[in-house]
Amino acid sequence: MDINAVRNEFPILHQEVNGHPLVYLDSSATSQKPIKVIEKLDEYYRGYNSNVHRGVHTLGTRATDEYEGAREKVRRFINASSTQEVIFTRGTTTAINTVASSYGRANLKEGDEIVITPMEHHSNIIPWQQVAKETGAVLKYMPLQANGTINLEDARETITKNTKIVATMHVSNVLGTINPIKELASIAHENDAVMLVDGAQSAPHMKIDVQDLDADFYAFSGHKMCGPTGIGVLYGKKALLKDMEPAEFGGEMIDFVNWYDSTWKDLPWKFEAGTPIIAGAVGLGAAIDFLNEVGLDEIKKHEQKLAAYAQDRMQQVEGMTIYGPKERAGLVTFNLSDVHPHDLATVLDAEGIAVRAGHHCAQPLMRWLEVSATARASFYLYNTEEEIDKLVEGLQTTKEYFGDVF
Amino acid sequence: MSFNNLDTLYRQVIMDHYKNPRNRGAIEGDHMTVDMNNPTCGDRIQLQLQVEDNLVKDAKFDGEGCSISMSSASMMTQAIKGKPVEKALKMSELFSELMQGNDVDTDELDLGDIEALQGVSKFPARIKCATLAWKAMEKGVDEEKQD
Repeated sequence: MDINAVRNEFPILHQEVNGHPLVYLDSSATSQKPIKVIEKLDEYYRGYNSNVHRGVHTLGTRATDEYEGAREKVRRFINASSTQEVIFTRGTTTAINTVASSYGRANLKEGDEIVITPMEHHSNIIPWQQVAKETGAVLKYMPLQANGTINLEDARETITKNTKIVATMHVSNVLGTINPIKELASIAHENDAVMLVDGAQSAPHMKIDVQDLDADFYAFSGHKMCGPTGIGVLYGKKALLKDMEPAEFGGEMIDFVNWYDSTWKDLPWKFEAGTPIIAGAVGLGAAIDFLNEVGLDEIKKHEQKLAAYAQDRMQQVEGMTIYGPKERAGLVTFNLSDVHPHDLATVLDAEGIAVRAGHHCAQPLMRWLEVSATARASFYLYNTEEEIDKLVEGLQTTKEYFGDVF
Repeated sequence: MSFNNLDTLYRQVIMDHYKNPRNRGAIEGDHMTVDMNNPTCGDRIQLQLQVEDNLVKDAKFDGEGCSISMSSASMMTQAIKGKPVEKALKMSELFSELMQGNDVDTDELDLGDIEALQGVSKFPARIKCATLAWKAMEKGVDEEKQD
């Protein structure tokens, strides 16, 4: 992978922030966009903006082809067996909410169990809390090991014959833990439960094969994988999706509408009520082309190198606490002595370095870690070891700056 | 941006309030409690107020957060203690103006140490940290009025 060539694809990276070259280490929150994605959006709006699936005119046909073409790109990207299994959503959150409110409401009853983990993002906790309240199902957490990983023995004990849904993230946005999805799915299936995977932090960074993982549902967001905001994907096995009721109703998703009753379109469209996110989907298609050109295996290798380098360098800073296992995805969550993460992030920002500070939409995990907040540096294909050096320098500066206070 | 700019944010008096918070703890006797947090960043404050005859008799806080939110809470309790409720609210209004970077007549009200937080206005991402304690106070006084 030619890192300079990759960086040249991202116009936003070539700017100064507060008098320093931008060091963007917040890709887990959202990734930057390559020029090909930006141009694709521009081309769509300038050239063939039109509604899909309805007009007989030329622009409408082109928009529909591009929109459905993007769906096929997503299908290949995650190796789904059919485009009927690929539903465009607003993002991971909407995708998980769709499963919770449609599949969850229809299949959960009092005494049934939903099993999640303490490391989940709020988007994979709250939809289950809500559906548990509505149906009388029980929300259960499988325990974590001290280093923030899942032990399969613990999973086997938590997932029981009463479990109907197991929902976990593939990669933790805080700990960087890469969860054993295939094994968890197999344990879920042994107990006749379905497996939902929050792939927001995995799909951008590694090859995903939903059939090999045997995930029943897989959700991810476009904006974290070089695509636009406002577009995401819900993959679901056709056998499950076909029996599920839509979560939203209106235009685009209907077959026949009678006075008091209506019927739905086939998959995947019955889950896409209203004018869909056409530009977003087209942009996501361009993002997938871009990622494929660079190569997901190359990207993963690059990020793992950065994660290892960052851990080594950051550990040398006195007062450093790093959370999560050593083997991890491309992010490092940490605290520096008693410096509050917000103060730390402000000092780094003054040096042009963008990191995330706060609870990372994982308040239960913060409680598990016994901290109120943490700072996080997250990497993507365009980050470099030199940028990590600058981060480490910035952390030293932070210590010096607050040195007489703490 | 150099350290000079950071110094406009992290003034000595702010760090002093952070390190040695005034009025941190709980009020014994009659009081009301307000819990408030900043859901975007996780900062959290519990403010206790003792209001009698329209006067803030006592104010104490506890919580978790960055130097700006905690020092602001410390300064706020110091500033409103012994003041009429109306004056405390007026100070809060003035403080919001100050945070927006607007010119305010600071002579009008005795802000004391609070003026040190003026630099926060140049760091838009941190304004909510500084106003958290004041919002909690407003909420508390509002609830008191409704009782």
